[in-house]
Amino acid sequence: MINLNRRRFVQTAAASAIAAALPLIHTRGASAADPLKIGFVYVGPVNDGGWNTAHEAARQEMMKALGDKVTSSYVENVTEGPDSERVIRDFANQGCGLIFATSFGYMDALMKVAKDFPDIKFEMCTGFKKAPNVANYNIRFHEGRSVIGTIAGHLSKSGIGGYLGTFPVPEVVSGINSFQLAAQKVNPKFRTKVIWINTWYDPAKEADAARALIDQGCDVMTQHTDSPAAVQVCEKAGVPTFGQGSDQSQFAPTMCKTSTEDKWGPFYTNAAKDVLAGTWKNEDEYWGMKEGAIQMAPIKNVPDDVKAAGEAVIKGWMDGTYNCYAGPIKDQSGAIKVPEGQAMSDADILGLNWLVEGVDGKLS
Amino acid sequence: MKFRLEKRPEPSRLMLYATPVGAVILTMVVGAIIFSAIGYNGVGAVYQEFLAPVLTPYKWQDIAIKASPLILIGVGLAAGNRAAIWNIGAEGQYVVGALAGAGIGLLTQNATGPWILPAMLLAGIIGGAVWGAIPALLRTRFNVNETLSSLMMTYVAIHLMNYLVAGPWKDPSGFSFPQTPLVTSDQTLPSWDIFQLLHQAFGLAITGHFRLHLGVVLTLVIVLVMAVVMGRSVFGFQIRVVGAAPNAARHGGFSQQQTIWLVFLLSGALAGLAGIFEVTGPFGQMSLGFPQNYGFTAIIVAFLGRLNPIGVIIAGIVLAITYVGGDMAQSALQLPNASKGIFQAMMLFFLLASDILIRYRVRLVTPAGGLAAEPVTPAKSAA
Amino acid sequence: MSIDYLIAVMITVVGASTPILFAGLGELVTEKSGVLNLGVEGMMLMGAIAAFATVDQTGSPWLAVCTAAAAGALVALIFAVLTLSLSANQVATGLALTIFGTGLSTLIGQGFTGRAIHTFDTIFPPALATNPIGRVLFGYSPLVYFSFIMVALVAWFLRGTRAGLILRAVGENDLSAHSIGYSVVGVRYAAVLFGGAMAGIGGATFPLVLTPLWAEGLTGGRGWIAIALVVFAGWRPVWLLGGAYFFGLLTTFELYAKASGASWSSVLPSEAWAALPYIATVVVLAAISASKRAGGNAPACLGRPFIPSA
Repeated sequence: MINLNRRRFVQTAAASAIAAALPLIHTRGASAADPLKIGFVYVGPVNDGGWNTAHEAARQEMMKALGDKVTSSYVENVTEGPDSERVIRDFANQGCGLIFATSFGYMDALMKVAKDFPDIKFEMCTGFKKAPNVANYNIRFHEGRSVIGTIAGHLSKSGIGGYLGTFPVPEVVSGINSFQLAAQKVNPKFRTKVIWINTWYDPAKEADAARALIDQGCDVMTQHTDSPAAVQVCEKAGVPTFGQGSDQSQFAPTMCKTSTEDKWGPFYTNAAKDVLAGTWKNEDEYWGMKEGAIQMAPIKNVPDDVKAAGEAVIKGWMDGTYNCYAGPIKDQSGAIKVPEGQAMSDADILGLNWLVEGVDGKLS
Repeated sequence: MKFRLEKRPEPSRLMLYATPVGAVILTMVVGAIIFSAIGYNGVGAVYQEFLAPVLTPYKWQDIAIKASPLILIGVGLAAGNRAAIWNIGAEGQYVVGALAGAGIGLLTQNATGPWILPAMLLAGIIGGAVWGAIPALLRTRFNVNETLSSLMMTYVAIHLMNYLVAGPWKDPSGFSFPQTPLVTSDQTLPSWDIFQLLHQAFGLAITGHFRLHLGVVLTLVIVLVMAVVMGRSVFGFQIRVVGAAPNAARHGGFSQQQTIWLVFLLSGALAGLAGIFEVTGPFGQMSLGFPQNYGFTAIIVAFLGRLNPIGVIIAGIVLAITYVGGDMAQSALQLPNASKGIFQAMMLFFLLASDILIRYRVRLVTPAGGLAAEPVTPAKSAA
Repeated sequence: MSIDYLIAVMITVVGASTPILFAGLGELVTEKSGVLNLGVEGMMLMGAIAAFATVDQTGSPWLAVCTAAAAGALVALIFAVLTLSLSANQVATGLALTIFGTGLSTLIGQGFTGRAIHTFDTIFPPALATNPIGRVLFGYSPLVYFSFIMVALVAWFLRGTRAGLILRAVGENDLSAHSIGYSVVGVRYAAVLFGGAMAGIGGATFPLVLTPLWAEGLTGGRGWIAIALVVFAGWRPVWLLGGAYFFGLLTTFELYAKASGASWSSVLPSEAWAALPYIATVVVLAAISASKRAGGNAPACLGRPFIPSA
């Protein structure tokens, strides 16, 4: 395939009557003095208060950190499939040197575009496919979930926790497992009830599902859904709850005990720096608390010992003394999946498709 | 001074074609004013939304990809609307067509051969037609309002798709994400880079790609065939007579029942074909994001295109431009994504509002009732 | 299963049913006058953002109900002008209205995401809602009681008043209603605006009762369920009440079954539960269309433009 670059276009443009007649819109080719242009593709609105808000905050953090060395722009509400390919391709055509695609559903579209633009670096959030100019990045969400699970284990009197999931993708499954495993460490009888709402986004259904869990006896609950609807239900019902993605305590001032906060900022800044310095590699990154990629909002409205227990887990992740995925771990049937003395590998965590013992619910 | 509407003896052909153009222009003018008023770069927004995609050659393939399903579905719906039969369930027929074809795709994941792709396309056509047959059956057998039943069936189709995609048809190696496996190379529509072909043939050098898949090409062929069919054939005549004068149609021996069946099978089949084109082309798989509201947007395309196949092509391209331009406006001006919908709705509102000019003329009347001015031309009314 | 549990389920069902009941009631009156407005989702979203913004700015949920009704009616006015005064196609206009309402509510709502509001307290003294029976009777948001009142009012209006008779006559046979001297267009304007106002209140139920927040597309497609509901109820207000609660029960039931972990909860996949209202609607539609007796409930002029000189 002949891939005409812009310089060649300029050379041949004069010979081309039709092309010359078209008022072509181009961005300049990148030269050393030009700032690095970076494109971000978001799957939902930037002000969703969850996933996309976190990415947008990170983009702004990156802009602040790197100043005039970079420029960036984003497109929000991009659905998976051809729409995402169009947007990613447009960023590439606009002369972006680095493109972040922030939803799993973009992976195949991104791989297609990456093939056509070998000089552009692509970063695929939560993806797994490989190419010389594609790297994957993800956050160890389960680290935050284990802090939540620890606090939940302490706060629950009934020993039943509720967990609201969208679809049983590894990220959500891993969150449920680490929540249960951490709570179990505090209260061996702890059980987690799971509801899959089978939609990525429907606040009213999220709220109804939260009510269903609470009415079923869950006296502590958390969710892996994008809106704070479930958190609000918990505030009204007086059930301790936790925010996900960003601090959601404004939606449940007394009942939201803490939130996991996704901090993509350090990673974005790093990746952009690497591209600027020419040291970018197609290595997958999987950051956790140690790297500052997952943080906890202040733990509040709990007894001091519970707060201390939660903070101990955070500290444990930081210094490497805590791992919720250290064996022995049994699955729902009671079979040992991770033997004592071993820990689950990153690859296994990223591909989790089974629930641990103590979780009530199926993967569908 | 008052305006009065006066019925034209004959529907105005001039207005028929002038009003869509006027509606688009009016949308651009009003849109620029509104978005300026709420603090955005209004002129820039209109430029990005309507003009930038056309002036940027590498966006042409995006326009083609977005317009193609709208046109294919729209041309089928236009035929139905001509006959005053309201299929608003094309979205469901699109989804079921895609499902039927994707089902063949799943069965042939490990097979090879040139027969696979045609089999999938055929399944798509059949799937769409079958889903379209349901409202037709309900209408002809039980006299069920086809507008309502076809709409309901759309939601049944989408839930069916959600079930299959997140359940039995889920890609086993896809980490439980609700999507089917990617289509294989034998299941993929062939595509060609038009810029590259131009370069090879004429030495023209245009930056970027203009990659068209077979679905786009077939869409154009089908629409041109439909233009001939609608204009010249007995079928086209039947549809127009049934729509315009049901009683005369009955006397003329055209069965309304038969027309309903034909219309639903045709529009369902075309929607289904559009669906499987998406699976074997741009999407490459099915996922929860597969229903893109093409079936609903195509209703708008059919009207914007004046229920005329050639008009539908133009309308489909205009709508596609607003989608593509919406992204460009976002990345260039940080215009919110929602502005896309506002531009589209405005365009349709203006078009629908101006429809009346086809059958009526506007006269300026004095309070006494006498004529005070010549009929308002579209140029004047749009200004 | 304790009585407390059943009551808890009921309270959730009421919450899930109220928005579609409001929107469906409005659409019922609109359709009874012979007009099919598919813009319910858009009108609901406009009502939802208007209500949220009002509470956020003034703190008054009562005022919010009024602004939501006004916002719904205002966008319905666009529909009315286009379809009634300019005889534009109702299906296309309704779809455009949904696109418009979705876009505009998102644009307006940009500044309101990430904020929480305090809405209605119960109107009855809390002492009344301490025991289970009391909670079932007195434990709801005022909007819930208002929805019952509206059902009764609409049922009485359509059955028992002269104006209701005229509205139905306009929907059944616009030409003869016109020839007797009724203003077909005037009646339909009123019906469409009422439909918009009710859809607006239905949308307001989301931020005011269910999820006290604003997020784009907050109503999650309930506008389409409301349209199905009207058909399911055979255009009868009291049946609409039953239908709304049946639909609400279907969606809630699934979640409670899953939460209980009951083995039968996975007999039907979740998507089947979600599709049931639509399948039921098609079946009911076929049944009432086939039987002559009930067939009269579908307004004969539904969706057809009124052309007096034709």
